Amino acid sequence: MSASEGYAKTRDSGETLFARIGKFREVGLFVFIILVMLFTQWKNSNFFTFENIDDLLANASILGILALGMMLVIIARGIDLSIGATLALSGMLAALTIAEHPTLSPWIAVLLGTAIGVVCGAFVGVTVSVFGVLPIIASLGMMYVFRALTYLVSGRRWVSAYQMSDAFKDMATGRWFGIRHYIFIALAFYVAFYYFTNHTRTGRRIYAVGSSPESAAISGIRTRWITWLVYVVMGAISGFCGVLWVAKFASAQGDTASGYEMNVIAACVLGGVNINGGSGKVGGVLLGTLLLGTLNNALPMINMSVFWQNAIQGAIILFAIIVNTLVKRNVDRSNLIRRPI
Amino acid sequence: MVKRMTALAAVLLVCCLMVATAGEKKRYAFIFKSTGNPFGEKLMEGFKTAIEESGAEAILRAPDLPTAEAQIMIIEELIAQNVDGIGLAANDPDALQPVLRKAMRQEIPIVTADSATNPESRLVHINQADPELIGRVQIQAAYDMAGGKGDIAILSATSQATNQNTWIEWMKKELELPKYKDMKLVKVAYGDDLRDKSTSETEALLKTFPDLKVIIAPTTVGIAAAGKVLTDKNLKGKVFLTGLGLPSEMADYIKNGVCPWMYLWNPIDLGYLAGYALVGASDGIMTGTIGEYINAGKLSAKTVVSAGDGGTEIMLGAPFKFDPENIDQWKDVY
Repeated sequence: MSASEGYAKTRDSGETLFARIGKFREVGLFVFIILVMLFTQWKNSNFFTFENIDDLLANASILGILALGMMLVIIARGIDLSIGATLALSGMLAALTIAEHPTLSPWIAVLLGTAIGVVCGAFVGVTVSVFGVLPIIASLGMMYVFRALTYLVSGRRWVSAYQMSDAFKDMATGRWFGIRHYIFIALAFYVAFYYFTNHTRTGRRIYAVGSSPESAAISGIRTRWITWLVYVVMGAISGFCGVLWVAKFASAQGDTASGYEMNVIAACVLGGVNINGGSGKVGGVLLGTLLLGTLNNALPMINMSVFWQNAIQGAIILFAIIVNTLVKRNVDRSNLIRRPI
Repeated sequence: MVKRMTALAAVLLVCCLMVATAGEKKRYAFIFKSTGNPFGEKLMEGFKTAIEESGAEAILRAPDLPTAEAQIMIIEELIAQNVDGIGLAANDPDALQPVLRKAMRQEIPIVTADSATNPESRLVHINQADPELIGRVQIQAAYDMAGGKGDIAILSATSQATNQNTWIEWMKKELELPKYKDMKLVKVAYGDDLRDKSTSETEALLKTFPDLKVIIAPTTVGIAAAGKVLTDKNLKGKVFLTGLGLPSEMADYIKNGVCPWMYLWNPIDLGYLAGYALVGASDGIMTGTIGEYINAGKLSAKTVVSAGDGGTEIMLGAPFKFDPENIDQWKDVY
């Protein structure tokens, strides 16, 4: 709420350069993605092929869905480091279930995975909202718990491709109109989240809690409930993605998606979600995901050494954060100076 | 009187100590790279069998993350517990040197298996298979699969993994033979043993090198990820896959023909041999010098030979071939 008001005010009263960048920052990110793509196409003519764009989007779809959940958590002034572990746990349990009952519909496995994610998220949420533990600590602790549980339930064994039914694996490889299921699923999530964050009361309350928890509480918003809710949504999404992940790679192992939470947070930050809470847009997260997905796809295609791949990824994230900080500082300053009396 | 009492007390104390040490079993520890790895589980299972056959007690440890720092902490603990020998699969060839030297100064013998440390930090290394044989056999497999012509790419784990790099060196040496004049190694890609990254790297290989005939992936996550990509893209018979993989992970891809055959050693035997080497070292029979023989239980006698890095090692034997004929018996083992 405060963020959009901020933008409105700067628009009325003469804009500074940074404020202008702030308004167009998503466009800037978009141009940057196009530049990376053109550069890759110049180096490897197979980049702009249907097959490659299909691969790129299918590989980025899980990251993109997770980033939406993380966006809500970060807007509400939180962070969730446990999602990689939640993803592994739900994926492992779904895979074990499928291995035991090969005739089971894969959608039952998806439901099961999502339910496990909800439970995991609820635990993190209670630790943060009821017991008031710092989100970074609460989710870090839960991360170890969920990861250990994954090893326990699997007996440290992996579930491999031969143990999974074809119907289950087809979830990932199947296509509608020649485009993979996962791309449609991700698209549906983006539409739903766009509506949720912009046009529902609960969605707007998340922004309110993140902008100023005190004011939100005074205006009658149940801040604890909202805080709990974002972790539950994040958990549900992680659980759902766990099943997608396992079906995609046809393998569930104890260390599935270990450290993946960092990629998800990076996608949010790149997309302009303020790490201190209060602001963040679905469109930005989409672009952040697309940038990371493009980098993951393009860097191996231009024959670059692994060391450079990691360094470039890191440099781009830092660059985005610095721009974000500068823009925010200037928007705040111009708001203070030009406030109409 | 006081003197006599003191003497008596001293005698009693010595007796107690003697009884205590005589009654206590010897204890040998094994530290794997990280938890939750089925290969490591089987390795430690073999180690435990060997240690128990010799009447001692096995301690099995593994850190949560595959880092040298985590292994150093475990080794410090084991030194404090004064174990009789430590076996390990090292996460870094050099970083463990100070702590391993400390252990050896306290007469705790160090034996490495699967992934070696530098020669100064160990008594002897147990090599799962001759790295030369491993490297060469994979290129020979690629030759047979491609019919002697076409591009080869390697999909490895991380760029710093000691064992991966040695095998890749031997692959390159084998490729220099005149027999392979129509085959070319176009790229060594690194999937970091991560599913998503190995998948992206495989996809990029396929799009970057149109004449690619064979992908060699000498790592368990990499080969399975590549098998999945080739299966999904319906490239059976066009691009072949071989390398080193887990039979359970690869069963689907060996049976559907994407990977005609692949190799791996027997991790149970690897751990078993490491166990016997450690017991031999602790009993003073094995000092890690070239030409020594050790008794290795069911594996019979093994010889200590010189290793490529200047130290010494014991070879387990040639890698084992997994193909459509035998994969069904092995996929449930590991």
